[in-house]
Amino acid sequence: MITDETIAKIALLAKLELSETEREQAKQDMRKMLGYIDLMNELDTAETEPMSHVFSAENVFREDVVVNGDMREEMLANAQLVKDGMFVVPQTFEG
Amino acid sequence: MDILQYTAVELAECIRHRKIGTVEALEAVWQRIDAEEAKWNCYITVEREKALKRAATLQRRIEAGEQIGPFAGVPFAVKDNLCTKGIRTTCGSRMLEQFVPTYSAAAVERLEAAGAVIIGKTNMDEFAMGSTTETSYFGVTHNPCDPACVPGGSSGGSAAAVAAGECFAALGTDTGGSVRQPASHCGVVGLKPTYGTVSRYGLVSYASSMDQIGPLGRDVRDCAAILDVIAGRDDRDATSVDRGEQTGFKAALRQDVEGMRIGVPADYFTEGLQPGVRKAVQDAAEVFRANGAVVEYFDLGLTQYVVPAYYTIAAAEASSNLERFDGIKYGYRAQDIGTLHALYQKTRSEGFGAEVKRRILLGTFVLSTGYYDAYYLKAQRVRTRIRRAFDEAFANYDVLLGPVAPTTAPRLGESLSDPLQMYLQDIYTISANLTGMPAISVPCGTDEKGLPVGLQLMGDRLAEGTLLRAAYTYEQAVKTERERNVSDKERG
Repeated sequence: MITDETIAKIALLAKLELSETEREQAKQDMRKMLGYIDLMNELDTAETEPMSHVFSAENVFREDVVVNGDMREEMLANAQLVKDGMFVVPQTFEG
Repeated sequence: MDILQYTAVELAECIRHRKIGTVEALEAVWQRIDAEEAKWNCYITVEREKALKRAATLQRRIEAGEQIGPFAGVPFAVKDNLCTKGIRTTCGSRMLEQFVPTYSAAAVERLEAAGAVIIGKTNMDEFAMGSTTETSYFGVTHNPCDPACVPGGSSGGSAAAVAAGECFAALGTDTGGSVRQPASHCGVVGLKPTYGTVSRYGLVSYASSMDQIGPLGRDVRDCAAILDVIAGRDDRDATSVDRGEQTGFKAALRQDVEGMRIGVPADYFTEGLQPGVRKAVQDAAEVFRANGAVVEYFDLGLTQYVVPAYYTIAAAEASSNLERFDGIKYGYRAQDIGTLHALYQKTRSEGFGAEVKRRILLGTFVLSTGYYDAYYLKAQRVRTRIRRAFDEAFANYDVLLGPVAPTTAPRLGESLSDPLQMYLQDIYTISANLTGMPAISVPCGTDEKGLPVGLQLMGDRLAEGTLLRAAYTYEQAVKTERERNVSDKERG
């Protein structure tokens, strides 16, 4: 089930570039893990609701009030490339 | 008495009564770090100047008669996935090697408001993914009980720092056992509270539905007292719980398990459990019986499905959470890349280590079209079944008792070659994360090699009081027993 194509597609979705060796390793690892995870199929869960939260999840609303101050310089300091107080990204549209 | 022998609560008491100065306490820790840190590598970052300044300020305030807080002047370590304002926070990853947060995590804020002095950030598996602290970009941490062994993980640096006397107590985080298992391997106490008890604001997310912050300390009382400080509803984490009257964890510490019903899952004592661990844990169960508890073995069931469900859900949540590391606003950025997608790919491929990539890939797969129902939803349904099994157990028992891990600390280099084997080491701890229940690791002797064994006690959701009372009673009973044996020997 896990083919070279699967790995290539998953890597693209995960935004990871894998070397030849990494792709081969990923294929082995994923086959092994999924083979193990398939154990879950022994359990009939057709009538069981999925659990995504520990406590019953409800939307939590609050007023949208600004509480943080101006930390522009400190925040920009964490970026590797900054210009005129803005983050720099590669060109995204054909010019 | 050597300052480093004190527990965090004892030290705080001495500082409050001005028997020990805050700078003096800090210097005792520095001396230990200078002498031993090169051997253990507990810390990624140590903050000497900031800590010294803060300790000196606190001392002046104490002398001026100010009431500061229960941990005034006590040196603490913090795991490096909890944001600390102005102090680098790396998550053990190249990706965040130079990241300096502009705010502190809620748990860190609360600890500082209680007077704690943060002395540094501890080593961990990269993004908390690992059970040995060997996946850190900043080198391995050695176990202070035996330098040839790992300290456990992912909060290995925090556990080792407490064990080595390089701090008085520490914060860790527990998504699948990452507080309890290193505590067990290093011979200290580690507590994972009920999900939602401590705000996750400022914790770099791994698997958000299971992540929880918890204390590591020298004894049960330290952990309870720290939880008193860090617990609390926080608007900035919508999943945090208002515990209202349920806090006051330190007040729950009574030496009394008379009539307490303790269930021991028989499924935890099958093959794969190291004989020395089995014996230590079964002996601990007898201590409870001798102190008046009703101890019963029972069939919990579903144990073989815990690891598959956990790794599916954890990987899925991780792949989503770690999507944010794109090289643009903060963190590592690959150089000289022409297009946006290539920048994301290169940055992430160079910035993440092997274990993180492995989990991102697995998580992306189980969430992808065509596999979502078969894997991710299936795991969530299994999660419901596991929760029900524990709910049934807690209808009969107040506390569940078992081992923390199937073995004591593995040797360095033994675990990473086979990821599946490493994941299986988490079999006893991850149920608490899937169900949200609180659990604690308390030292319960040593194995054939003299390495520490951890006893795990699990409580029902929101029932830390009962859990801590059981843990405290065990700890005190064993201490009394040990003191009696020593005095018997002295009498000859």
